[in-house]
Amino acid sequence: MKRPFKTRVRTLKIDGIDVGAREDETILELAQENGIFIPTLCHLEGVHDIGACRLCLVEIKGTSKLLPACMTYAEEGMEVITDSERLTAYRRQVLDLLFSERNHVCAVCVSNGHCELQWLAEKLGISHVGVPYLYPQLPVDASHSFYTLDHNRCVLCARCVRVCDEIEGAHTWDVTGRGVECRVISDLNQPWGTADSCTRCGKCVQVCPTGALFSKGKAVAEMTKRREFLPYLQQMREGRR
Amino acid sequence: MPLRNEKVDPPSDDKRWRIVQATMQRNGFERDGLIETLHTVQESFGFLDDESLRYVAASLNAPLSQVYGVSTFYHLFSLKPAGQHTCVVCLGTACYIKGMPAMLKQIESRYGIKAGETTPDGQLSLLTARCLGACGLAPVAVFDGSIAGKLEMGEAMSRLQEMTEVDHVREA
Amino acid sequence: MYERLEEITLAEQESTARFSHTVNVCMAAGCMSSRSDAIKDALTKEVEANGLERWCRVRGVGCMGLCAHGPLVSVDTDQSAETLYQYVTPDDAPAIVGALEGPPVERLHCPTNVPFFQRQKKIVLENSGRIDPERVEEYIAADGYTALIKAITEMSPAEVIDEIIASGLRGRGGGGYPTGLKWTTVAKSEGDTKYVICNADEGDPGAFMDRSVLESDPHRILEGMAIAGYAIGAGQGYIYVRGEYPLAVARLKTAIRQARRVNMLGSGIAGTQFAFHVDIRLGAGAFVCGEETALIASIEGKRGQPRPRPPYPAEYGLWGQPTLINNVETLANVAPIIRNGGDWYASLGTAKSKGTKVFALAGSINNTGLIEVPMGTPLREIIYEIGGGVSGGGQCKAIQTGGPSGGCIPAEFLDTPVDYESLAALGSIMGSGGMIVMDESASMVDVARYFMEFCMTESCGRCVPCRVGTVHMHNLLDKFSHHEAAPRDLVLLEKLCDMVRNTSLCGLGQTAPNPVLSTLRYFRHEYIAAITEEAADLYAITPAPPTSRNGATQHAPAQEVAS
Repeated sequence: MKRPFKTRVRTLKIDGIDVGAREDETILELAQENGIFIPTLCHLEGVHDIGACRLCLVEIKGTSKLLPACMTYAEEGMEVITDSERLTAYRRQVLDLLFSERNHVCAVCVSNGHCELQWLAEKLGISHVGVPYLYPQLPVDASHSFYTLDHNRCVLCARCVRVCDEIEGAHTWDVTGRGVECRVISDLNQPWGTADSCTRCGKCVQVCPTGALFSKGKAVAEMTKRREFLPYLQQMREGRR
Repeated sequence: MPLRNEKVDPPSDDKRWRIVQATMQRNGFERDGLIETLHTVQESFGFLDDESLRYVAASLNAPLSQVYGVSTFYHLFSLKPAGQHTCVVCLGTACYIKGMPAMLKQIESRYGIKAGETTPDGQLSLLTARCLGACGLAPVAVFDGSIAGKLEMGEAMSRLQEMTEVDHVREA
Repeated sequence: MYERLEEITLAEQESTARFSHTVNVCMAAGCMSSRSDAIKDALTKEVEANGLERWCRVRGVGCMGLCAHGPLVSVDTDQSAETLYQYVTPDDAPAIVGALEGPPVERLHCPTNVPFFQRQKKIVLENSGRIDPERVEEYIAADGYTALIKAITEMSPAEVIDEIIASGLRGRGGGGYPTGLKWTTVAKSEGDTKYVICNADEGDPGAFMDRSVLESDPHRILEGMAIAGYAIGAGQGYIYVRGEYPLAVARLKTAIRQARRVNMLGSGIAGTQFAFHVDIRLGAGAFVCGEETALIASIEGKRGQPRPRPPYPAEYGLWGQPTLINNVETLANVAPIIRNGGDWYASLGTAKSKGTKVFALAGSINNTGLIEVPMGTPLREIIYEIGGGVSGGGQCKAIQTGGPSGGCIPAEFLDTPVDYESLAALGSIMGSGGMIVMDESASMVDVARYFMEFCMTESCGRCVPCRVGTVHMHNLLDKFSHHEAAPRDLVLLEKLCDMVRNTSLCGLGQTAPNPVLSTLRYFRHEYIAAITEEAADLYAITPAPPTSRNGATQHAPAQEVAS
């Protein structure tokens, strides 16, 4: 009998539990399927992953390298640890760095209570930030008729960039500069309201994890976001093919 | 916005646009040729302005924000016009330990600008480079394209003076 | 197949046979910046003015290595040993030409019976300074392209790879990954189109080996790339060169044109079915583009941001295709290995680090320039004998290797042999070859701060640990640099080093803490001394006096932590 060239289903362990995975499944997808929590921020179902936030890093037995669960495919015989003292410490430090990088003031934010960054901080047990605040001077762009961009709350997850490029197709957003000087910009770094490529669809606002992008007319703690539209769109598009 | 098959006209009759077009053509008007194209624009015009970015974006069928993002990622591209004269100071390791920071400070205070800026009269742009690859001759600086090695403070100052004064003399 | 090469070699030898004297002028960037082109012109005019052009020719050659003594001019004759002149100016032309048939000009004479010239073993640099980089005929006359013809006409791709494996060649860009293994992986990867990329984005400040090879012997790289293409099944190569190297780009463009002309590049190379094309892609000032996936993004016209690996470029690289990426120096070793055999190469160096390595000596050392030595050569020999010792009468304090990803090796380890494992054991890395010598005037805290500033400004900004972590580490190091640090700053610094090293997305972030960790290991007392008296009192510790630097970690007293 001829052996198949590639195995279609892989068996591996996550946190000691035996699980089965399709060959195109990432560790993150597998964990979510099996009810195991791995924190994420830059991951957005429906657009491609970039592995930027480093929150989803997991330990793999046999290597000292930590790998991002969102971009690592499950392999036969892998032994994955999704939670440990070390991983928790690193995850808290990632959040510390994010909180220190810009000006995140929950008390006056439209997304207070509906923010992924805030939620992660609570979930990972952050009580205070262990690094000095950088207090950069950052602007607010309220030139758009429907929405506002507040750079002070941006975590550079680039979900807005990816959704505008991959789903809407307009590619209004991109990132300028390097390092901490990075900023999200529209068209030729112009006020959002003057960016001709913007279709005003609002997808970027809905996928932004914090209160950086929000709808005008919302007061503190009023900005709830609808995320389900994206997996739905993806499903519909695949169905059409 | 022009459709893909429409030929995009350059912003003006300036012959330098033909060189830019040639670069884009050589790369098949594909987006991969973006960096090569921006190099050509920078070399031909001295910097990248909104007009040239729009033209390149339209010709390569690339989003404006992507072109802007690429232009600002790379250190060699400038969105501001350079001064009449340029001085690039090397801050590579070898030059650093041979005292370049002190020299840079002196130049900055003498001309009243910080590295990365141009003097208000547009005469001199002071830039830094992370390593010019001439470490055997540290400390190194480039004055209007010519590399000067084993630089000493006095020589640096006199070269700068020479460079920026030539125009004054001509005008007088 | 070799006939074409033999024809060219013969023609070259015939046309130069009548010259009993050749005057060589270094035309690499270093000497060029000191007007070596004017020197060449002056010498040519002088030779013609004296009617000597029948038996004396003046030509431009590549880097002769001793950059600190440039501009360099050498005179080759049929009769006597080579004469080397240093610190030459155009006004010296009459003197040099006048001395052609007699004793050398004393005041310009540079002795060559010294370790700098005698103790090197040149493979990568064997043609540098000996041939005109702008004439393919000279490259061919020096056995150029014979390895390529041997590979494509006498060997199978697998045999070529076997030879590279046998040589033990490891990536010279700093990673030290076994080259033969990389070639095997790409060769085995599935894909209809494969690519060879030469990584010439030499971004380490203090390193200029690659630039020199590209300016002095560009055909060597083309030949190496073509052989690699044959071995892995690629028909297209790209050389990604830093934008800061215009001379290297110009020389490469000339070389590519010439190689095509003599049918060593392009379609149907040397009359065979093998086709290989090479194009140049320009960098634009981003250190991170030396990282393989960032380099690929740059060639694709995007922001040079890396992506997580796996998958590795060998499987999924340029435009999603299997791609082989090798450093300039690695590729420069390929032709000699194919010509002389992998075993020959493996006979040099140490058990795990075969062959030779080119180092760029800079800093407080007399003979700043380029050298090539067998792996395993002790640092002491490199610094004091070949390098001519510490300049300015100082004492060697530390040697920095590996650039922003490397570390500082204190003087007490000068007897360490230079090889991948030994340097790693000391907390540094081989790196691309930049070797900076520091004397007692150097502040190790400041060195660490310098490299962290570099990493901070070169960080692409994609991942959180590197983007923000380097800023915090730099701010902390700045405090230490200004003697304004508190004990808790040291604790935080070490915590951040650990986190950034283990969680960053790419090599830039992962190795950014190395200079800090290395200086903390051997020069911890300098950090402690930078803690303010005030802060020390507040936390009830005494800044420790300098103690033995034997690498034993000096843990901060318990009070420091309880802030």
